[in-house]
Amino acid sequence: MKRHDLMMKGGFVAMVMAVVPGTGQAAEGRTYYGFQAEQFEYRLGDENEKRLVWDADAFWGTDELKLRWQGEGERDLDADINEGLENRLVLQTPISDFFDAKAGVRLDTPTGTDRWYGTVGIMGLAPQWIEVDADLFVSETGDGSARLDLEYEGLITNRVILTPSIELNAAFSEDREIEVGTGISSAEIGLRLSYDLIDRSVAPYIGVSYERKFGDTADFAKEDGEDFEATYIVTGLRLMF
Amino acid sequence: MKKRIVLRALLGALGTVMLSAPSFAATYDLTVDYVEIDTGTMKTRGIGYNGSSPGPTLRFKEGEEVVINVTNNLEEATSIHWHGLILPYQMDGVPGISFPGIEPGETFTYRIPVSQSGTYWFHSHSGFQEPDGAYGSIIIEPQKREPFKFDREYVVVLKDKHPHSGERILRNLKMMPDYYNRNQRSLGDFIMDVRKNGLGATLSERADWGAMRMMPTDIEDVQGFVGLINGMSPDQNWTGLFHPEERVRLRFINASAMTYFDVRIPGLEMTVVQADGNNVQPVKVDEFRIAVAETYDVIVQPKDDKAYAIMAESMGRSGYGFGTLAPHEGMRAEMPELRKEAPLLTMADMGMNHRDMGHGDMGSGETGKGDMAGMDHGAAPSGNSAMGNAAMDHGSAGSMPGMDHSGMAGMDHSNMAGMDHSAMAMGNRADPFYAAGSGLTPKAANGGKFLSYADLKAQKPLYADRPATREIELRLTGNMERYSWSINGVKYEDAEPIRLKYGERVRFKFVNETMMSHPMHLHGMWSILDTGQGKWNPVKHTININPGTTVYSETEVDEPGQWAFHCHLSYHMATGMFRKVVVEGGPAVATLKNGN
Repeated sequence: MKRHDLMMKGGFVAMVMAVVPGTGQAAEGRTYYGFQAEQFEYRLGDENEKRLVWDADAFWGTDELKLRWQGEGERDLDADINEGLENRLVLQTPISDFFDAKAGVRLDTPTGTDRWYGTVGIMGLAPQWIEVDADLFVSETGDGSARLDLEYEGLITNRVILTPSIELNAAFSEDREIEVGTGISSAEIGLRLSYDLIDRSVAPYIGVSYERKFGDTADFAKEDGEDFEATYIVTGLRLMF
Repeated sequence: MKKRIVLRALLGALGTVMLSAPSFAATYDLTVDYVEIDTGTMKTRGIGYNGSSPGPTLRFKEGEEVVINVTNNLEEATSIHWHGLILPYQMDGVPGISFPGIEPGETFTYRIPVSQSGTYWFHSHSGFQEPDGAYGSIIIEPQKREPFKFDREYVVVLKDKHPHSGERILRNLKMMPDYYNRNQRSLGDFIMDVRKNGLGATLSERADWGAMRMMPTDIEDVQGFVGLINGMSPDQNWTGLFHPEERVRLRFINASAMTYFDVRIPGLEMTVVQADGNNVQPVKVDEFRIAVAETYDVIVQPKDDKAYAIMAESMGRSGYGFGTLAPHEGMRAEMPELRKEAPLLTMADMGMNHRDMGHGDMGSGETGKGDMAGMDHGAAPSGNSAMGNAAMDHGSAGSMPGMDHSGMAGMDHSNMAGMDHSAMAMGNRADPFYAAGSGLTPKAANGGKFLSYADLKAQKPLYADRPATREIELRLTGNMERYSWSINGVKYEDAEPIRLKYGERVRFKFVNETMMSHPMHLHGMWSILDTGQGKWNPVKHTININPGTTVYSETEVDEPGQWAFHCHLSYHMATGMFRKVVVEGGPAVATLKNGN
């Protein structure tokens, strides 16, 4: 049933995109595509936890309308389970010089409980070169949540780049099944030092990542005998194609 | 490797022989082919003509009709645009405007009645074939004797050859507008600036740029190219031979996709005699900047029996072309020292109004500059008959660096009108075609004379001088962060054509609201650049408009049909800084069929 649902939605999006003019004569809008993985990394925790983590997105479309996939995941290599696995498909359109609005669906399929969400959000570049991705979600159970992603690329040189990032998650109601409590639920702070090895396509990096759950969400984790915070040394590749 | 060099030298010599002993055959055959472009350090697949990139030098004669059979051996459609040539619009070679294009395997026959003379070029107008190598040069012999003498001549075609294909470059720019900008200010620059200007000033300066989300280093969108001279990289050292004391005419053509070059020949004064194919009153310069798609003919007279360097540094200093003028084969001139320090844009290039300026709609027009432009109109009511607006506007600004714009409104206009125009001639004062305080204002490497548009005067007016019938404002607009470019905020695919009436003389007002220079090229009809010289205003096909400036050109609408009008930077043109121009009325245009 869920599979079928996904296909239907995918088909609808494809139909919307089909009316977008294709590449060709100058008089038509051009279509573009791209893939980027901000994070694709191996994490080693302070208690020797091992994780594989990715945060990637791909787009296809015109200046006016794009289809974007955003995917994040965290695989626990010790237990061989997917602690997090989420995929989003959104349509995106400019609303100002520097910001786009987006709307679509998100499907979380980690080991454990699945969740569907509807999502709206904005993404773009704030003053002082801060990349912003802010989203609201409403799950199939009617629970609302929000996420804010901020990132800044600091140029040590033109190829060595220090990237601080922060992700904040908040929930407007409790969803015990997926162990999220009301309020600020979790945060992740990262600092990564990368080197542009091949153009901007492949940039290996090292860094640190600190994750923490808050409030009821932290309590849920504790009840389950899980950590509510963790620090990782990370090493990975930033990719862009 | 040695063999290749010998072969190249032979080919070069052969080219020279062909140049000096031209045949005036009126029929040409060109094939469009996939070729390998080898710069010595990289090999890429590109597109060329008759099996090579650049393509051949076509030599026409004023007054003849040339027939050019173009056979497309590619797996994609192609086209050839004859840049700067005045011709029936169906022969202009812009797919979707002049004709449908040339399909794979098809031969299209261009018939061009040659009604002009000078240095021109040709290139594909399809996709990114031109950045990928589809370009060549044109020399048109005049019917009458030229007003200058030379003993030998060379075409010097400049090109920014990039390892990436045009398609890939645009896709990368769309993903990340600063993908190719490796000249950005980093921590080291920050520390240096703190040492020089203090922490507070440096932070505040960074914050100003950060608030706009713009980069002062954003001068060359596409870095990482190798500068080519006649298809040869600095290592491959294109060489033109001369005998000492000979007068050598160099026909410079900038066939680059994106790059302006600052050209000099250390030790030689260059006399500029032609711009965009039209003779100008000779100007002696030490260096000149050639915008994309422009041509300049210069004459040099090397006196010594030694090798001279032709140095073409890119405007943003991220690359260079290099060649040699030599008295003997096999010589390589000593490479002049590169000016490593890249220029930085200033707030002047941003239109000065840096606090509340948006990306797409930042307006030099809304600030003090707008007042000045208005004032200029009042002072020069008959348009180009008096002091040119562009020259006066910026000239006066140039003489007052750091002036308070708000005070300009109160300026005594009558004084402006009475200004001594001859005093405006370019001396050591700032170039009026750059915003006052612009970071792009060029300086000659030897501290000498750098050519300005203000120096260009027509040798012989092409048209009678008359006031323009109307003015059309074209604001050059864009959004660097989205890498989309437009005119009056509207991209080509969303825009109505510009409609002109046959027989009118229109005045185009270009207001550059972006932080980049744009070489605007009107097809099919001349652009008379207003340098404030009245009937001596130079006649061009490509007009460069620097950031934060307003430039005027006038066009006698004397060709019927429909034409392209666009920024000649390949990726600006492709993303929307483009218009179709429709000329209404005039003599009926015969329907020209391919092959007949």
